[in-house]
Amino acid sequence: MTVTEPSPLYTAIEPYIPLGRSGLLPALHAAQKLYGWVPEAAAAEIAKALRVPLADVHGVIEFYSLFYDMPTSKHVIRVCTDVACALKGGEGILDRLCKKHGLKAGQTTDDLSLTIEPSPCLGLCEHAPAVWETGGEQSSLNSEDGATSVSLNRRPPSRVYGSVRILTANCGNGTTSLAKYGEYAGLKKAKAMTPEEVVAEVKASGLVGRGGAAFPTGVKWEGAAKAEGTPKYVICNADESEPGTFKDRVLLLDDPHRVIEGMCIAAYAIGAVKGYIYIRGEYPYIVPVLEDALQEARRAGYLGNGFDIEIRVGAGAYICGEETALFESIEGKRGFPRIKPPFPTTHGVFGKPTVINNVETLCTVPMILAQGAAEYRKLGTEKSPGSKLFCVSGDVAQTGVYEVPFGVTLRELLEMAGGVQGGKRLQAVLFGGAAGAFATSEHLDVKLTFEDLRAAGLPLGSGVVMVFDETRDMRQVLKSLGHFFAHESCGKCYPCQMGTQRQKEILDRIADGNISEGDFERLQDVGWTMTDASLCGLGQTAASAVLSAMKLWPGLFVEGQTSKV
Amino acid sequence: MTVTFVMDGKEITVEDGQTLLDAARENGMDIPTICWHEATTANGLCRMCVVEVEGWRTLQPACVVKAGAGMKVQTRSEKVVRARKTILEMLASTLDLSDAPEILTMMDEYGADASRFPDAVRRESEVKDDNPMYIRDYSKCLLCWRCVQVCADDAQYTYAINFEGRGYETQIGTFFDKPIPETTCVLCGQCVGVCPTGALKPKRQYLLEQGVSPEEISVLNTGRKRRK
Repeated sequence: MTVTEPSPLYTAIEPYIPLGRSGLLPALHAAQKLYGWVPEAAAAEIAKALRVPLADVHGVIEFYSLFYDMPTSKHVIRVCTDVACALKGGEGILDRLCKKHGLKAGQTTDDLSLTIEPSPCLGLCEHAPAVWETGGEQSSLNSEDGATSVSLNRRPPSRVYGSVRILTANCGNGTTSLAKYGEYAGLKKAKAMTPEEVVAEVKASGLVGRGGAAFPTGVKWEGAAKAEGTPKYVICNADESEPGTFKDRVLLLDDPHRVIEGMCIAAYAIGAVKGYIYIRGEYPYIVPVLEDALQEARRAGYLGNGFDIEIRVGAGAYICGEETALFESIEGKRGFPRIKPPFPTTHGVFGKPTVINNVETLCTVPMILAQGAAEYRKLGTEKSPGSKLFCVSGDVAQTGVYEVPFGVTLRELLEMAGGVQGGKRLQAVLFGGAAGAFATSEHLDVKLTFEDLRAAGLPLGSGVVMVFDETRDMRQVLKSLGHFFAHESCGKCYPCQMGTQRQKEILDRIADGNISEGDFERLQDVGWTMTDASLCGLGQTAASAVLSAMKLWPGLFVEGQTSKV
Repeated sequence: MTVTFVMDGKEITVEDGQTLLDAARENGMDIPTICWHEATTANGLCRMCVVEVEGWRTLQPACVVKAGAGMKVQTRSEKVVRARKTILEMLASTLDLSDAPEILTMMDEYGADASRFPDAVRRESEVKDDNPMYIRDYSKCLLCWRCVQVCADDAQYTYAINFEGRGYETQIGTFFDKPIPETTCVLCGQCVGVCPTGALKPKRQYLLEQGVSPEEISVLNTGRKRRK
């Protein structure tokens, strides 16, 4: 009998085989690390090892932008061409790089030495224009390219400002070790309480989710704590993909223990045995930071005693930030959102009770437990207690993450950021992200709280404040948004699948000055249909910024009117 | 146990656990559907069956939402009609509906304009004629998912087909686009049976439509004998 050496691929995917289908994304990542793409034979071997149907494996590869089923280089340069980077010349950088290497966008050299692609938002908006490289040891960009380039080993620097530094106390000076972070004081307090008391404390704090939906965190925890079924799960949603959002990246890179402690407290409160941090594939440089922090936490005994955390890495799909799509992704499937109800608190990942919270939400929890809800509520307003991180980008003097107490005005926030860059006039602010709404100088005195923003018709969303000066062509901005949603729609429900495409086509026409008669009404019907009838939050908000622009500046959508407002 | 609720102003009582669609059909009220099929798990993805439920922020798919006591449901509100009409208009600008009479009827009923979206990129694709039993014409596919569902856990457990691409560019496909005979397909025909738009069609029907005579078709089908 001869013993055959296992193939390099088998060795690479072996750790994921016991996970079965749930190991599919990790296995595909492993295959791509070996080959740069997933060749048919590799996909077949993974399918066999994980016992997943061949067609399903292919369906998963095809869903995620960062998986390739065609020859692709191990060295990929991805140039962000989304809104914030487009303002700073992202398209020009893509063109120059393509010319320099004799490639068209999306192409790979014949010898597989290089692939160049445009990319949706890389979560580096404060460093715009941004480029992400995989594979190459040295950056292929030089200073005259004028871009910020990150890779697995080149982390973006953090720019953290604001009038308070609570959540961001440890941010801005590199990764905070456990020794520097200190003991998990919030977790210690929590463990001296009953799980019910912990839930009550979080409820009393008035904390609501920071990912965009603003759901009361304590109510969510209570639901999962009371739900039947085991095991229970805690998930940190670190799939930060909303264009203009980059706060979670800074929190994870600079203060990983805060989020881990938040997850430990959540796990204690609901009785979870397993946690996942689902991090977007565009943040590979955070993974080793988190792995080190998890090791430190295990050595200190915070993890591994009945609760542990596994990192899962996404593969290029904005939709996976939607909680049920994220579950599907962890389960090794295409990231299709599920119909709700049932809600994650009773039927989450693997159909089990699950608490899923945004990074910033979880980072707020340790302080609430350590100091008490009453202390937490001293900051902010009655209905919006505490502090909030804002991602300020675009045409301001000083882009970055700003921590402020709820209740400062947009004017005050923009003043902190040095105002509009170059002394220009403010034209508009995109609020809450691509799925948000536009504000104008008339909104400058709106207080940044949930209640005041709601009254002003502006979503807080994930804390995006993207500034456009008076020279910007808003039709181009809308075109970028249209392209983003068309690229990121999962294709499950009809309103969003076709609506994002039709919206893109109409916005292209408007940006190019080829407006057809009836385009205003078409765009409105498509927008309203997506908003009213889509299956998930992505589709329901894919037209919200466009509809807000139509309300504010109807002239933009009519032939012959100036593109500036 | 029964629940009583109001649909279009009419008080309705149904068994607990019934969907709004069941309730409407039981009471002779019409809610249109495209993706729904009695043999497949309802995914609520075509959104044609959406209705307005008082107090709910967005329209709800009647095929999955269960009737609840005291619910107030409108099956033809302005929002509902606008959504259905726009979905139909987008479908007409996306694919070839010539073999989908039910959808064409819906278009008439909702006054949907098939040319509402000029210059729209259509989903076009070559007819895939790679097996003796059926053809696949994805320019007629509206992605109802029924074929994928019956090929998998809803019926056959064969898993020969899944999805390619994402978003608007989604298409039903096989592992690395292999021809059907090289997949796990057992030619059971269930996918053809549930296809609502003629995207999947028996080969014989397809050939007859192409003007091939029955005699010529029987000649074409002698391959098996010759192979021995």
